[in-house]
This record gives sequence, structure tokens and C-alpha cells, in this order.
Amino acid sequence: MKIVILGNGISGVTAARFVRKMSNHEIIVISKETDYFFSRTALMYLYMGHMRLKDVQPYETAFWQKNRIQLIRGEVSTIDFHEKILHFDPKFRAQETILGATPSSVSYDKLVLALGSATNKFGWPGQDLDRVQGLYSYQDVESMEKTSQDISRAVIVGGGLIGIEMAEMFHSRHIPVTMLVRESNYWDMVLPPEESKMVGRQIVEHGIDLRLATGLKEIKGNDQGQATGVITNPGDQIDCEFVGLTAGVHPNIRWLKESGIETDRGILVDEYLQSSIKDVYASGDCAQMRTTRAGRRNIEAVWYTGRMMGEVVAHNLCGNQVAYDPGIWFNSAKFFDIEYQVYGQVPVESSEKLETIYWEGDDGEKSIRLIFEKIQKE
Amino acid sequence: MTDQVYPSMSIADPHPPFVDGMQKLSTALGLTGLLMLILAWLNQFSGDSTLVWISLLLITSGTILYAWRQYMPLPEGIKNNGVWFGRLTSRGWLAWATGLVITFFYVCLYWYPGLVGLGAEGQSNTGLVAFFDPISMAIKDKPASQWFVYGVLYTLAILIFGVKFILKYRHNQYQILRTLSVMFFQLCFAFAIPELLDRLNQPSMDFKNMWPLNYYFFFDWNLDKLLSGGNLGLFMLVWGIAMILIISPILTYFYGKRWYCSWVCGCGGLAETAGDPFRHLSDKSLKAWKIERWLIHSVLVFAVIMTIMVIYTYLTGQSQILFLNSYNIREWYGFLIGAAFSGVVGVGFYPLMGSRVWCRFGCPMAAVLGLQQRFFSRFRITTNGGQCISCGNCSTYCEMGIDVRSYAQRGQNIVRASCVGCGICAAVCPRGVLRLENGTVDIKERTTAVRNIHVPVGEVKILS
Ligand SMILES: Cc1cc2nc3c(=O)[nH]c(=O)nc-3n(C[C@H](O)[C@H](O)[C@H](O)COP(=O)(O)OP(=O)(O)OC[C@H]3O[C@@H](n4cnc5c(N)ncnc54)[C@H](O)[C@@H]3O)c2cc1C
Ligand code: SF4
Ligand code: SF4
Repeated sequence: MKIVILGNGISGVTAARFVRKMSNHEIIVISKETDYFFSRTALMYLYMGHMRLKDVQPYETAFWQKNRIQLIRGEVSTIDFHEKILHFDPKFRAQETILGATPSSVSYDKLVLALGSATNKFGWPGQDLDRVQGLYSYQDVESMEKTSQDISRAVIVGGGLIGIEMAEMFHSRHIPVTMLVRESNYWDMVLPPEESKMVGRQIVEHGIDLRLATGLKEIKGNDQGQATGVITNPGDQIDCEFVGLTAGVHPNIRWLKESGIETDRGILVDEYLQSSIKDVYASGDCAQMRTTRAGRRNIEAVWYTGRMMGEVVAHNLCGNQVAYDPGIWFNSAKFFDIEYQVYGQVPVESSEKLETIYWEGDDGEKSIRLIFEKIQKE
Repeated sequence: MTDQVYPSMSIADPHPPFVDGMQKLSTALGLTGLLMLILAWLNQFSGDSTLVWISLLLITSGTILYAWRQYMPLPEGIKNNGVWFGRLTSRGWLAWATGLVITFFYVCLYWYPGLVGLGAEGQSNTGLVAFFDPISMAIKDKPASQWFVYGVLYTLAILIFGVKFILKYRHNQYQILRTLSVMFFQLCFAFAIPELLDRLNQPSMDFKNMWPLNYYFFFDWNLDKLLSGGNLGLFMLVWGIAMILIISPILTYFYGKRWYCSWVCGCGGLAETAGDPFRHLSDKSLKAWKIERWLIHSVLVFAVIMTIMVIYTYLTGQSQILFLNSYNIREWYGFLIGAAFSGVVGVGFYPLMGSRVWCRFGCPMAAVLGLQQRFFSRFRITTNGGQCISCGNCSTYCEMGIDVRSYAQRGQNIVRASCVGCGICAAVCPRGVLRLENGTVDIKERTTAVRNIHVPVGEVKILS
């Protein structure tokens, strides 16, 4: 059987590895981004000089050959689900590839779509100017690198996890950063107020110009089509040579809208991660569960769910019916020097049913929160 | 305040914004001290006995001031920005130049001590060695030798770069403690005690330097020295053997080899302090791991055979054993392993191959402790694999070239012979995945493939 996996991120690669562990099927992994799998979560460290591309690749290059996983570098432009063929974009030119020429098409018996996400843009005027970009792909880091020489200030729009990483990246190169956060506290849709304020303090302590309750109205550009500044929502003007768009991501599936596969925000899948089309699975950031589990969301764009889904997909590809069961929610992040971990649901607001204990260290940089259900005494 | 940008004096910074007065001053101080050493080496400085003190003082104050300026204004936390961009830290020209200078210095020390100024038989010292005579006279009432110069510089390096290391990792108690420990053992055990014993005309010994790292412990001249050294000499002999057979196995059982490699040993001490900017240069490939296992165990076998032959010769007076001559063998060991490998390659190649080349590929002591750590010790690094984002910081900054990530992302305990328990992987991990442990909870599953983390009940305290 010929299994084709589109996307060499954590989800696609985990699927490939587990298929190999369990079977002898032919495996092809396709990506337009880089020849070899790397950790997207470590992109910031490339720019900051903590690691090189080689260091953020979890497997040595010999690994793929040894495990008989064929790699193709190229951009798939259309998929013919009826004929089971992927067509590549002939115009696509990969930079720095050692994988050889891209074929014009590839057929499959079973297909996994592990397409990842794309940066959100909310129709802001000027959002497509030069030096306006998100942070998702390796190419995004390359273009940050290229423009960095000429930046005297960067404005970052969005107060989430990628925004703070981008701020830290520029900060490491001594480029002043202004961060526009629409909410009144950093990431306060997810963090309870105490934690949210703590991270806010951390951001400011690191010399970032944090503007809370401030949105983006417009991006200004010059004759060469480059960004020169932003207008914020209260109406302030901030001059800058770079605008980072980090107001979230969405499944990277717009190019599939006409292909016949059933989609909503992501590719709709059942509990076995099978899509509306037989022999086609979706996994990772781009998959959307048809039925939402209690305490979880139907699209979860995080590393470990991508890994778990990849493993589940591999089982189903190899004929073992295994349902996706991620267990309780957990996640982690690092906000400059503050490490954050969460296990289970942590509501932002207090509620009738739940009790919370919160401890914060004297330095205001450590805290623990415990949440538990109240039990009424008789 | 909002526009404030924190300066960095890191040589690694690709866009240094500016260099402030304090940074210029400290660089100038340190370089002046270094220049004085070079001038002395070139015989431009003999005579004045205070100059050597001034030189060392300048180097010390320059380095510490520089480090202070580099780290203290910044919030506590991991400081690896720009490591892979720097000329010194990413094998740029500065790294090659530094490597070359250190290598040359070592070659002189071992084989051409005359070049650094050691006086030939009966003659007084010149050059660099003479420059250190005043210190040697003050400490032990004898003129310096090239090894005295080396000992002073080595100890100074561990002390001043130890201070730098502590400033850099000041948010991490484990790093502070173990660095204070190596500084203490270097200053007292490796330097002060042997020199003072020498002054008192007693047999001198570095009490923490064990066979087989201390490969000449069983050489005839050393045994003779100890046996003729009265009670103290006898104690040293017993101590040395007890270290090998009793103390070290017990400590390694409880704490892993780290008690020695990262808390006590002088080679490890220099690697952790002066070598810290180079830890990421170690090779992480599977191939390097393979070479490591072959090489280090070969050296161990070499050391054991050499020692058995030497003892045999000592006891029987016969130097010819089969087709081998024990004097030749031990000379070869001294040349190849003792000098070329541990000294020249071990330190000279810091800026090119990372700081633990010797500890990883060559040290027979590390090989012994490693075997014990692998098969008979409580020490392991536990991983909270679910939270691992496979970023690779742990593997990159492991000076022993262990691919920590490959274990962490599978949630597997790390039990590797080569791990020196420096704890840097756990420090740089942005997700708190790694933990160095000696506990006994599920110790039986220490080496099984996939485990969960456990917090022992005893570690949870309810305060009120
Ligand atoms: C900067 C950053 C930091 C992050 N930090 C964390 C974190 O700390 N913790 C966490 O849990 N998550 C984090 N995430 C999210 C996490 O990285 C993603 O959830 C995860 O990488 C998604 O993996 P995936 O396999 O689904 O997709 P991806 O890794 O996006 O892989 C998809 C691949 O498919 C390729 N592809 C898509 N379409 C095509 C096509 N038509 N033709 C050819 N190739 C195609 C893409 O180029 C891409 O290489 C972070 C994300 C970013 C961007
Ligand atoms: S540093 Fe931490 S998160 Fe990164 S790969 Fe290592 S264990 Fe995983
Ligand atoms: S695995 Fe961790 S503790 Fe062990 S040597 Fe490497 S960095 Fe140090």
C-alpha cells in the first residue's frame, strides 16, 4: 500500500514514523517548507541564535532513508480525490533543497492531510505590505532575518503566544518592540487575571512597550510598498519598519475549499480522524473534530495534539481502528523567563461550582493555582 | 521606560548596539593583564616581583567586571542569545585563534618547558616561569616550575569563570552550588593543599584525584614516595585506594557520576566554567556516540593494562612482560593519554569541539563511573514527555553530546553512561520537562522505555 502524507510537521511525521513501526507500507512525505522535519516550536531560537536549523531537526538526515520514508519537496496545488492523485505546482521553486526535482504528480492509496495552520489576517488596511508578516514558517523567520538590519522599531499585533515569542526575538537583537494587545490584560481570554498580570509585568520588565486595550486600525506604507507605521485603535500613530501579525492562526485549508472534501474552519474528521472522503485522513492543526469532547475544543493547534493525532492516524492507516482520545487538556509555554504549565481546565473567571487556591511568590514571578470542585457539606 | 533596550556585551551579538564605558574598561583591564603575561613570556618583564600579582589582579577584575556588566543588568534567566552567531562561540576566527594559542601553550608545557622559561637543571628560571617565581616563593619557598604556572592559571580560570558562570545562572540553585563546589575543590584540594604539603616537605597529593584519572598513582616513584612518607604517606596510599574501591562506588550509587564530574573534578571544573561558552559545540550525532563508546573504553582498557604491568614490575622487578615493556607502555600512556589527549586536545580544542572532549571521549575515570551509573546507580533524568516540544535546546546545550531530546520526546528516562549530571539540559529546557533525580520511587523502571513522572509523596508538603 502506498501512503502519502502531505505535510512534514509534527503530525505528518509522527504518522509516518508509526506507520513504519507497524508496517512495511510505502511512505511518502511531502512538504513545501523544508526538506526535513523541524520543530516549529523552536523557530524563535533560530533567530535568537540559540540553535541552528540542524539543531531543531529532531532526526538526523540518515533517519529517513534508514526508515524508508521517502521525502518530496514541493507544493501541492490540487488534489484529485476521485483519481487519488496529488498535483504539484510547477511554478514552485524550493530554496536550498537536496531532495531533487519535484515530480508533477503523485498517486496514493491512502492520504493524510497534515497541513498545519496559516496566520490570521483580519482585513486590516495595509496588511499585505512588505515587512508585514506573521510567524509560522521557516520562511517567515528568514524574512525576519533579512529585514532585521533595517528595523528601528517593530510593532507586534496580538497578545498571544506567538506574539510574545516574536517580541522576545526582536528583543534579543536589541530592536525595540511595541506590542498591541486588544484585551485589557495579556492573554486574558486564557489566563486568569493574576497570571495575566504577572506575564504583563514580565513583558514590561524586559523593556517591551506593551500597549493594552489597543487594537490595530491601519498599517501605513511608503511608495515602495513597505510598512512605515501603524495607526492604533485609539488613534495613535507609531512609526515602525516592521509589523508582526500574531493574532492567531487558522487551519491552512483555504486552497482545498473547492476540492470536494468537507470542511468547516478545518477539515472535518470523525473520531478515527477520517475525513468525509474514504482513505483520506486529516491530522494536526488542520483537523476539526466533528464532535467536540467535554473540556476540549474541536480544533486544537498545539504540538502535542498534533503528535497524538499522528499516532492515531497511523493506527487507522494500518487497519487498527483506534479512536482519538487526548485525555485531559494540558499545555505549556514560556513568557520571556516565566515558564508556564497547565493541566486541565482553568477558567478565567471564578464560578459557583469551582474553588481556587492561588499562591504567588514575593518576587511576583512564580505562582501556582489549584482548581477543584466544591462539595457541599450536608 | 518603554523604549529601554538592554545592552549586551556578548561577543556573540551580531548587532551590538553599543559598548558602554564599563565594558570598555573591563576589557582593557583584562587584556592588559594578559598582555603582561605575554610580555613576561617574551622576557620583557623580569625583576619586579609585584608585577605578576598586578597582572593576575587585572585579569581577575577585568573578567569579573565584564561578566557583571553582561549579566547583572538583565533579568535572571537563560542567556543564550546569539551563541551561534559569535566569532568565539560558533567556531569563527576568534575560536580558531584561541584554540591555537591554548594548544601551543600546552605543547610548551608538556614537551618544551624551556620555551616558557623553565630553567635547565640548576639554572634559574626565565620568561613566564620566572614571572611566577614570586608567587611560588610566597607559597612554598621554592622557585616556580612550568606546572606551578599552569596550576595557578588553571585555578584562577576556574575561579573567575566560576564567578561568571554563577552570575549567568544565578536563577538556578543547583548550578550555583555545584560551581561553588568545583571552585572550592580546585582551590583547596588541587592547588593549596598539595602546594602547602610541598612547602612542609611532605609527600603532596591531590586528595580528590583518583586512579585511573590519576594514572600515575601506582607508578613506582609515587608508591615509593608514599611509602617513605611516614604516616601521612601511608594515609595517602590507603585514602587513594579507598577512594577507588569504596567512597566512589557508594557516592556514584546514590548520586550518579555527577558527584565527581560536575562537583569535584578539576577537568570537569574547567570545562563547566571556562568551557561554558563552548558546550553547544559537542557533536550530537549517533556516529559520535559510537566513537565515544569505543574510544573511552579503549582508554580505560589501556589504563588498566598499563597499571597492572606497572604494579607487576614494582612487585617483581621485571619490566618485560610477554612482548611488552612496562616502562615503554607507561611512557606511551603518559604521552598519548596523559598529555596529548587530556591536555592538548582536552582543553586546546574547547572552542572547536566543545568543553568536554576529554571527559567524553578519553577519561578512564569517567568510563568507570559511567559504567556504574549506567548499571548500578539511582541517578537518572526523568522526563515529563507530554510537555516536550522537541525544540532541541537540551540536546544542543548538552556538553556530553547526548541527544537528550530523543529521550524526552518519548517520555523516557535518561540513563546514559556519559551524563555528567551538569543539569544544563534541565536549565535550558523552556518547558520544564527534565529533572535530575536520585530518588528510589520506581527505581526498577529506571531504564524501561516509557514511563510517567512521579512526584514522591514525601515531596509534597501542605504548609497550612
Ligand atoms: C512560533 C510558533 C511557536 C509555537 N509554539 C508552540 C508551543 O510552545 N507549544 C505548542 O504546543 N504548540 C506551539 N506551536 C504550535 C505548533 O507548532 C503546531 O500546532 C504544530 O507545529 C502543528 O503541526 P502540524 O503537523 O499540524 O502542521 P505543520 O507543522 O504546520 O506542518 C504542516 C506542513 O505542511 C506543509 N504544507 C501545507 N500545505 C502544503 C501544500 N499544499 N503542499 C506542500 N506542503 C504543504 C507546510 O509547509 C508545513 O510544513 C507553535 C507554533 C508557532 C508557529
Ligand atoms: S529542551 Fe525541553 S522541550 Fe526542548 S526538546 Fe529538550 S526536553 Fe523537549
Ligand atoms: S544530559 Fe543533561 S545533565 Fe547530563 S551531561 Fe547532558 S546536559 Fe548535563
